[in-house]
Amino acid sequence: MASKLNSDALSDNYMRIQFASRSENESFARVAVAAFVAQMDPTVEQLTELKTAVSEAVTNAIIHGYEEGPGEVRIECRIRDGTVEVVVEDDGVGIADIEQARQPMYTSRPELERSGMGLTIMESFVDELIIDSAPGRGTRVIMRKTIAPKREGH
Amino acid sequence: MAMEVHKVDGVLVVRLQGELDHHVVEQIRDEIERELAWVRHRALVLSCRGVSFMDSSGLGLVLGRYRSVSSHRGRMALCEVGPSLMKLFELSGILKIVPVFPDEEQAIAHVKEA
Repeated sequence: MASKLNSDALSDNYMRIQFASRSENESFARVAVAAFVAQMDPTVEQLTELKTAVSEAVTNAIIHGYEEGPGEVRIECRIRDGTVEVVVEDDGVGIADIEQARQPMYTSRPELERSGMGLTIMESFVDELIIDSAPGRGTRVIMRKTIAPKREGH
Repeated sequence: MAMEVHKVDGVLVVRLQGELDHHVVEQIRDEIERELAWVRHRALVLSCRGVSFMDSSGLGLVLGRYRSVSSHRGRMALCEVGPSLMKLFELSGILKIVPVFPDEEQAIAHVKEA
């Protein structure tokens, strides 16, 4: 098909999924991302780290964003020059103080026996972590992880 | 169930299995607590041999059991921790409070001393 569409956006490989905010979908979400990223030929370690980071972001959307009530979680995954970008988005309550949420061992729900390590794990397991959120406006977590080093002359 | 439980000389040995995420942890936490009551929360070994995935929810489960056992002046140990799990445990600081052993036998021996 002749394409005059935005060629920049189309040249990237991407996938999108959306699913109900239910804890049984946490496994589905991380496995779906891992299956998409498999084409980049990641190491087992890279794949485990990415799955763990995705699991944290999705769990946060379910527990904190939607407070374990109904809602929708969306994931967009994009491959660009050996780097994968994963965006996890919810329309939940949002985060009032992102700096506080980033503190190791901090949890807004101590009654739930959470370790408070979710964001620390995400920060350690991806190369770049951006959290965009405001109370009542949902949360968007952008993670970037380099899988393959850029080739010379590429 | 994502675990298998057995008792050896007053020690509760829990062999965790599969993927320990928020969904699974919510299901097995209460069962581990019920089993712990049988040994009066005195001695717990968590074997991680069968764990194929863990995130911060799994860390919450381990930390929660540590709190529960130590509040009863019991002892707890981990064993058969694979490399990716070890990285998670290191990151969380759990290794500073809960000892890790290569196999169940050594972990059981450790929690029985006291």
